[in-house]
Amino acid sequence: MIDTDRRQTKRHLTQLQVLEAEAIYIIREVVAEVENPAMMFSGGKDSIVMLHLAAKAFAPSAIPFPVLHIDTGHNFPEVLEFRDLCVSKYRVNLVVGSVQDAIDRNVVFEDRSGSRNRIQTPVLLETAAKHGFNALMGGARRDEEKARAKERVFSFRDEFGQWDPKSQRPELWSIYNAQVHVGESIRVFPLSNWTELDIWEYIAAEGIGVPPIYYAHQREVFERNGMWFAANNFCQPTANEPTEVKSVRYRTVGDATLTAAVLSEADTVEKVIEEVSVTRITERGATRGDDKFSEAAMEDRKKEGYF
Amino acid sequence: MDLLRFATAGSVDDGKSTLIGRLLYDSKSIFTDQLEAVERASVSMGAEYTELALLTDGLRAEREQGITIDVAYRYFATAKRKFIIADTPGHIQYTRNMVTGASTADLAIVLVDARKGILEQSRRHAFLVSLLRVPHLVLAINKMDLVGWSEERFEEIRDEFIEFAAKLDIPDLTVIPVSALTGDNVVSMSDNMPWYTGTPLLNHLENVYVGSDRNLVDGRFPVQYVVRPHSNQFHDYRGYAGKIASGVMKVGDEVIVLPSGMPSRISGIDYGGKAVEEAFAPMSVTVRLEDDIDISRGDMICRPNNQPEVSQDIDAMVAWMSDEPLRPGQKFAIKHTTRRTRAFVKDIYYELDVNTLHRNEGASALQLNMIGRVKLRTTSPLLADPYSRNRETGGFVLIDERSNATVGAGMVVRA
Repeated sequence: MIDTDRRQTKRHLTQLQVLEAEAIYIIREVVAEVENPAMMFSGGKDSIVMLHLAAKAFAPSAIPFPVLHIDTGHNFPEVLEFRDLCVSKYRVNLVVGSVQDAIDRNVVFEDRSGSRNRIQTPVLLETAAKHGFNALMGGARRDEEKARAKERVFSFRDEFGQWDPKSQRPELWSIYNAQVHVGESIRVFPLSNWTELDIWEYIAAEGIGVPPIYYAHQREVFERNGMWFAANNFCQPTANEPTEVKSVRYRTVGDATLTAAVLSEADTVEKVIEEVSVTRITERGATRGDDKFSEAAMEDRKKEGYF
Repeated sequence: MDLLRFATAGSVDDGKSTLIGRLLYDSKSIFTDQLEAVERASVSMGAEYTELALLTDGLRAEREQGITIDVAYRYFATAKRKFIIADTPGHIQYTRNMVTGASTADLAIVLVDARKGILEQSRRHAFLVSLLRVPHLVLAINKMDLVGWSEERFEEIRDEFIEFAAKLDIPDLTVIPVSALTGDNVVSMSDNMPWYTGTPLLNHLENVYVGSDRNLVDGRFPVQYVVRPHSNQFHDYRGYAGKIASGVMKVGDEVIVLPSGMPSRISGIDYGGKAVEEAFAPMSVTVRLEDDIDISRGDMICRPNNQPEVSQDIDAMVAWMSDEPLRPGQKFAIKHTTRRTRAFVKDIYYELDVNTLHRNEGASALQLNMIGRVKLRTTSPLLADPYSRNRETGGFVLIDERSNATVGAGMVVRA
């Protein structure tokens, strides 16, 4: 029992406080070491948490870098609206790389599946090059996917934006190596050690707002490959896929053509935390068509320069 | 809830992946879709049982070769704690990965196969754990089912290990007999080993006391970034942002700024934009001082009566991580806390045989995965403590200036 008492003495940090301190340190390290960084920002929950941490890291200064959104054109309108709301709240510059625009310019070509997940990579690389960004911070977490579980916090990318999992820089203590040559870049993941549950607990603890689609709401959906997709412009049910109105929420927000909702009654942050803490399916497994292509889908996309 | 970071060392043959799989599975931290994916992959590989190692071996090459190449991070939580596992490969050619995984760990689990006992690699793992100053070590004697749950065998291995560990600096050692395959003593107590009176592994991980491992004595604040808002409201604001490496800082504390030696006093501490009275390691804060003195990134704020060494001559243990050997006469970039300078290799005192701890004093170079004691001269002083006293201010990395690759990890012995 003494043990418990000692643990509750003051100067104790919870796991959220430790993760917060680590993420803030990482974000500051990027700004201190890299000339022209940017932070990926989509309006999704992880990127909102990351932007919130950036604001804390430099307070009372403004956030000293722009945010970058690669707009697939396949957006949930509520998320895009929330993106713009955050951009004005945190007074950051928003840089948008448009996949539609790249398609119109014949830089990339629409995938037969209709998904723009894969073709956003060249757009990301082009936009980063155009603005000279040599470090990009992303909200990816290691618990999301097994290739991500192997990636460094400061992940080196060659001049083609490619990840080489076999020659990663050793990363010890809290010493990060951000050094690159011209043309090369660094991807940085301040939320590497956060889990989906940590994100939600932090959202609750800090009172951070997220787009309403993360909470349970009524939506017209249909079932495909065991997942519930919204029936809308991006995702049309076939004749064999009857639609019904159900109470759903989104656990992740990605390309609207392949991001599925989950059946849920969780309409408050507390209920979401409860739901996430007992779920038996990973968030990507529950909601993403894109990772099911093969065992190494994510690793392969990352090698091409994907986040 | 608090956080425990632990590293696992051992090879696939020792049952390391099975053990991690068991911890995740029995604590209900494996998700059904992950398990289905692993089952599918196991079937397509022609395996006769579900290969739990596939849960952690995330890279294509790892699955193809059936080995762990790189550190994988895994996350799970129980009602008591959140855990981060650094799953490190056990083979000698991946020593650098184990060093990396151990550098941030509060605890390390070294696995041995009860049939084989303490092998050369078990000694190496234990040595690296002690070199990296991981405060708690668990020796998990696995595959007890294959030695008939023998208490005698357990004691034999335990005693041999304790004898070896006496040569190392391991402050806390716990030995647990387990069977990862059957789950005995992993999550729940084993009925097969009534003679074992300790706790199961997970219970130990949940309860091991790590609160006193943090250094809250030596105030060390490496300045990471200077916050100067370009706004009218905060026109005169000047704050020093950083993560407290060790110790406690309070408003009103007398401080000294290194390397300049300028004295001042803390006038305010901001934590996420809000003023607080005190802060402690490992919080990320912004510190304000009473006096307007020249401070930049890489400087360190500490207490006048408790300072690190300010030195250009560094004796350190270096774990070498590059294919190209380390030799006297070479120059590298060195990153230590938030400070970056250059280092010249003056001498290699000895190379350490990580299996036998034998010191080879004639070594003229350190090869990949070798560890040795090295003398460095830096172009500007480091503000360093011995690694044995402070992991944050005693560790550094060496960076190749042409490739920018991280090539060595150093632990200060004397500065």
